[in-house]
Amino acid sequence: MTSAFHRWTARLLLLATLSLSGCGYNQFQSGNERVKASWSEVLSQYQRRADLIPNLVNVVKGQADFEQSTLQAVVQARAQATAIQASPELVNDPQAFQKFQQAQTALTGSLSRLLAVSENYPTLRANQGFIDLQAQLEGTENRIAVARNRYILAVQDYNVTVHSFPSNLTAWALGYQEKPNFSVENEQAMARPPSVNFGTGKRASPSGPPTPGKGATP
Amino acid sequence: MSPERPAIDRGIRTRLGWLIPLGALVGIFWGGPLCRAQEAPQRASQVQVQVPQQATQPTGQLAPLPPLTGHVVDQTHTLTPEQQARIEQALAAFETRKGSQLAVLLVPTTQPETIEQYALRVAEQWQLGRKKVDDGAILVVAKNDRTLRIEVGYGLEGALNDATSKRIIEDTITPRFRQQDFAGGILAGVQRMVGVIDGEPLPAPTVGLAQEPLDEIAWIIAVGALLGFVLRAVLGRFPGALMTAAIVGAVTWFMLGLLSLALVAGGITLLTTWIGIAGLLRARYGGRGGPGGGFRGGGGGFGGGGASGRW
Repeated sequence: MTSAFHRWTARLLLLATLSLSGCGYNQFQSGNERVKASWSEVLSQYQRRADLIPNLVNVVKGQADFEQSTLQAVVQARAQATAIQASPELVNDPQAFQKFQQAQTALTGSLSRLLAVSENYPTLRANQGFIDLQAQLEGTENRIAVARNRYILAVQDYNVTVHSFPSNLTAWALGYQEKPNFSVENEQAMARPPSVNFGTGKRASPSGPPTPGKGATP
Repeated sequence: MSPERPAIDRGIRTRLGWLIPLGALVGIFWGGPLCRAQEAPQRASQVQVQVPQQATQPTGQLAPLPPLTGHVVDQTHTLTPEQQARIEQALAAFETRKGSQLAVLLVPTTQPETIEQYALRVAEQWQLGRKKVDDGAILVVAKNDRTLRIEVGYGLEGALNDATSKRIIEDTITPRFRQQDFAGGILAGVQRMVGVIDGEPLPAPTVGLAQEPLDEIAWIIAVGALLGFVLRAVLGRFPGALMTAAIVGAVTWFMLGLLSLALVAGGITLLTTWIGIAGLLRARYGGRGGPGGGFRGGGGGFGGGGASGRW
């Protein structure tokens, strides 16, 4: 009698597992793919920005009296940002993710400072090469913002799956964990409108993106 | 008394024992649809990726987006009907010739969003450009904000790149806008965009309207309905309907991999075949007056490329 009951319990458990894997498992796989794809897009947009900076630096160097400290800050920030191995696996390592984020934010800051300071050099602003580069950088900042937004959405979806019933049981059984998302403080810093001082230019302290660059997510 | 109790117990247990796996089976069949139902809204949100919630937090509600009524959508009543028709004609002709979908949108303001956020939201809703080719572009003008933006689809980012878009805005459009010549600025800007895209090798336009493909499920049900006619004639009314439903269900499951959808499709087919679909069909398709000739997006994707400007 009890053995029969145990047999049924075992079958029930088996069936329950099957039904679970049927609904949660595939969701994790597709969610994971979506997070990976959107993260690759974020990385390639950051890469695009890093590739544009040497050209910008060269054009700005042509302006002999340009503020050297501002230029150097950009060069250094780019070096630091590209030194981090930006692999797709970064998503699964919250600490490395954080470091990568900080480096990219620093680069955003120094770039926007450079563009703000360039307002003081009329010859530079009239240079068609500089104008084109600035347009490309603005476009790239916007693409970064869009890619980050889509990554945020993908991760939100994934993390909801990790935490909601019944897929959380699948996550628990198979060891799927929450994926890191862009932090809120960071987002606020990104979304802050650029403060450009048209007066002396000394106090120009933009900590936001160089353009209305579609501040990621406020 | 006491020796009998185990007997009753056993009876209940046996019956319960049957109930439990039955319940589990039902659970699987119901659990599937339930989980799918959870998934479905997520898919929907993926398709029309909207600006995430955080963006709305500081400012509250986002402005509703204007519907895509034509190649030119003017909510500010800046353009005269003739001017609007002229731009519309240029863009429609370009779409027939090249396949790319361009559109112009004039709104009073994009507040509380920036023009970049607003333009991307419009792009994601309108989905201009052909699917997979992604050759759409939108010129958004926020008249009271004095901002404008050319939002470029993935497929046109090579030709209509950021620098080119910026030049079109700065050299062609904004000088005319500063003189209050909105129609002239838009027309000249659109013509330059057309000229740039013309130089780009794109897939030839398909003849006829760029039509969104019908859902696979709709096709399966439609084919199933035809099959139902035949089987009903051969096997009789109810057996024919049952047979058709089984076939449709199996095909749906096989093709889409969703048991819940398969059950729904099978159920619909069963009903339509059993009751008869002639009346249903008449009700559904009778009202349609042929191809409408309206303008709609082809499903192109956007990733934030383009340029913005002010005047």
